[in-house]
Amino acid sequence: MAETFKLRVNGVARQVDGDSDMPLLYALRGPLGLVGAKYGCGSEQCGSCSVLMDGVRAFACKITLAQAASRDIVTIEGIGTPDNLHPLQKAFMEEHAFQCGYCTPGLIVTAKALLDRDPDPDAAAIASALQDNLCRCGSHGRVIAAVRRAAKELAR
Amino acid sequence: MNGEGKMLPGSLAKDARIASWVAIEADGTVTVRTGKVEIGQGIRTAVAMIAAEELDVGMERIRVVSGITGDVVDEGVTSGSGSMEQTGRALRQVTAEARAALIAKAAAHLGVDAGTLEVEDGTVRSPATNSQVTYWELQGGQPFVGVARGAVAPKDPAGYTIVGSCVPELDAVAKVTGGAVFIHDLAMDGLVHGRVVRPPSTGAVLLSVDAAAVRHLDGVLQVIESGSFLGVVATDEWQAIKARDALALSAQWRESAQLPDEDNISAWLIDNETAAHAVIDGTPEDAPVPDIAPPVDAAKTLEASYTRPYHMHASLGPSAAVALFEGGRLTVHGASQGPYPLARALAGSLGLEEDAITIIHTQGAGCYGHNGADDVCLDAALLAQAVEGRPVRLQWTRADEHLWEPYGPAMVVMTNASLDNDGNITDWNLDLWSTTHQGRPRPTTETHSGLLADWHREPARARPVAKPNFSNESGAHRNAWSTYDLPHQRVVSHFVAETPLRTSSFRGLGNYANIFAIESFMDELAAAAGLDPVDFRLRHLADARGRAVIEAAAEAIGWPPGGPGSGTGKGIAFNRYKNSKAYVAVAMEVEVNEENGVIAVSRAVVAGDAGQVVSAHGLACQLEGGVIQAISWTLKERVRFGPQRVTSVDWETYPILTFPEAPIVECILLNQPGEPYLGAGEGSQGPGGAALANAVFNATGVRLREIPFTPERVRAMGVAARRGA
Repeated sequence: MAETFKLRVNGVARQVDGDSDMPLLYALRGPLGLVGAKYGCGSEQCGSCSVLMDGVRAFACKITLAQAASRDIVTIEGIGTPDNLHPLQKAFMEEHAFQCGYCTPGLIVTAKALLDRDPDPDAAAIASALQDNLCRCGSHGRVIAAVRRAAKELAR
Repeated sequence: MNGEGKMLPGSLAKDARIASWVAIEADGTVTVRTGKVEIGQGIRTAVAMIAAEELDVGMERIRVVSGITGDVVDEGVTSGSGSMEQTGRALRQVTAEARAALIAKAAAHLGVDAGTLEVEDGTVRSPATNSQVTYWELQGGQPFVGVARGAVAPKDPAGYTIVGSCVPELDAVAKVTGGAVFIHDLAMDGLVHGRVVRPPSTGAVLLSVDAAAVRHLDGVLQVIESGSFLGVVATDEWQAIKARDALALSAQWRESAQLPDEDNISAWLIDNETAAHAVIDGTPEDAPVPDIAPPVDAAKTLEASYTRPYHMHASLGPSAAVALFEGGRLTVHGASQGPYPLARALAGSLGLEEDAITIIHTQGAGCYGHNGADDVCLDAALLAQAVEGRPVRLQWTRADEHLWEPYGPAMVVMTNASLDNDGNITDWNLDLWSTTHQGRPRPTTETHSGLLADWHREPARARPVAKPNFSNESGAHRNAWSTYDLPHQRVVSHFVAETPLRTSSFRGLGNYANIFAIESFMDELAAAAGLDPVDFRLRHLADARGRAVIEAAAEAIGWPPGGPGSGTGKGIAFNRYKNSKAYVAVAMEVEVNEENGVIAVSRAVVAGDAGQVVSAHGLACQLEGGVIQAISWTLKERVRFGPQRVTSVDWETYPILTFPEAPIVECILLNQPGEPYLGAGEGSQGPGGAALANAVFNATGVRLREIPFTPERVRAMGVAARRGA
């Protein structure tokens, strides 16, 4: 049965009608028009759908509307915009840290959660934080370099 | 050919009209058209750089139109590392000719000699008369009327300011901010959502399904049931998913597949050989296959057998498409590598004229070869037929993609070579076994189709019969012919027609298995000859460009390594892709854990010569990414299957390399200013796999010949025992 859920997405109060068991991903990509989070596997195995929920990385393909209600959700669109790029987004561009780019929003969101709790992670800590995100094009080294670059920029 | 019999470069030979490739728009931009498509390899950015360079306009003015049937030149399939050679070379020439036409116009307009003019960002200046005119004033909104004749010389590479540099990808900002880039993200008025239910295994037949119950679910617009093809269309995506799940749950199937034993796939391939062909200089010939005849005076003769399993492209985003049927016309937005071939296949499948179909290429997740991108377009079209006038967006599930994408074929490669007393190779034999690498859609006939849904729906069409491939450096025999200078090569391609698992084009085709075998065997021969692996390669390779990439990779990894026994080791491998494209050498350093059998790649180096570098970072990303992908294939990946079903259905049952497992890849580009562009996108996987095997041998003294090098296999090879001996 469809219900109305009150969500807080990227700092804005939003309402979505949907089943209580509907994953947040379909509300974001459908009625909310936020297509940055991607469907990759639907089972928390690839990280393409990553969002922040109360500052912690969550898999939007599994989080239901009922679970997301009244929580603070941040998507890639809330981290930075084309006119106001976040240092992570700039760093991903500067390091050319993607090829197809399908995994990129999930990686940036996950890296944001990492830098928020550890502002100066080394390469091993970054790789560990990204262990549940998959990249098939093989940009792994450049992604780690980009997160390091962003950490330095944020520390300035 | 042009009118004067001069061969035009690349795809310009297919269509020499300047207007087919480049247009000066009224709004101050330049449109570049290409039949090649973006598959994560950066081709759109590279062609924009070439056009901006030759035309002397800023990158921000370039718009790239790619892969729209009826609007761009039919350049076939974006595959085989051919885009830079085909569309890149064409655009270099045609934009040089467009510039010459504009300069001639400007000279007439300004009343000065063309040779005195300078161009900056599309503004043509006459320093002598202090006058100027822009491309847009001269040509804005008017198509070029001429044809390229090959008479205009492109720019001297010494004057390049854009080509060879690093610029952001055309859609980089959208990709880092979550903009709508992908086919999955396409929004459209009236868009509805589709899903399909696939059979559980090849050949499974639908016995019953409760379609009526699903029709009553919230938001369901249509349930499509045709033979064993099932689909749903619903108003919103979640409704479509729930309807799909309900349909799948109610479906009863009769399964009949008899798959080979996964653990004995090599024996199955050899036992099921259909035909054998001698490969001469990269081309199979329908001629008697010679026997192996080692020289009588050989100091040593070695032989070995190498195998690779079935692999998945495993694109991170499952295949998706948006289709609209309206007024007898079909429009499909999809990520096919071959928009025109797809349109021809769909026309046959749907009983439409080809010109009633428009394919609009829209980026998918990186594809690495023939995945589900074509099949999903027919699925979407079939659903769209059921809701005419409404665009249907269809996305496969993760399991749909894992189970139904065409796989990279399992292969067996056997080698046999002899050495003389000085450590020179005097005889060389390579025999390979494989199913087809060519399952891409062809024009659908009344009886056969290359598109998945046609095998399941009524009237069902059969899968095309696989045939041996006689093209040069194609299919299973790609890079089976060694690049090295050998006094005698005997190469045989053993073709297996039967495809119990659907196979097709997978990044590099036969290159990955053949180079894994050749470059592992070169190491084995070097060891038998008591020679350093780098020296051994160099003594069999005169080509200076080949030697240069080997030497560059060796130097960067810190060659020579120590001997076996330390648990860490270094390995190197080389290929010239298709024996005509990029030269690539890969070197790796590995650590082998004797206790648990886990191999960790701690460093990797790739050195590449792809001729004139266009997009430096684009080329580097392709080479580096190829190395990472090769490590993943070689260490971790194989399609798992039982007697009836494929059991690799997600990322747990088909694991790929993760961030903690991936090494930093150092990339060395050996630029060749002015030399032709050489395809590189598939150049680093073959040497990547072999360098890994060679590094493990260097670390442990154990030779791994069976991919993937899982911890179980490494332990079974007795690494610890060998160390202790």
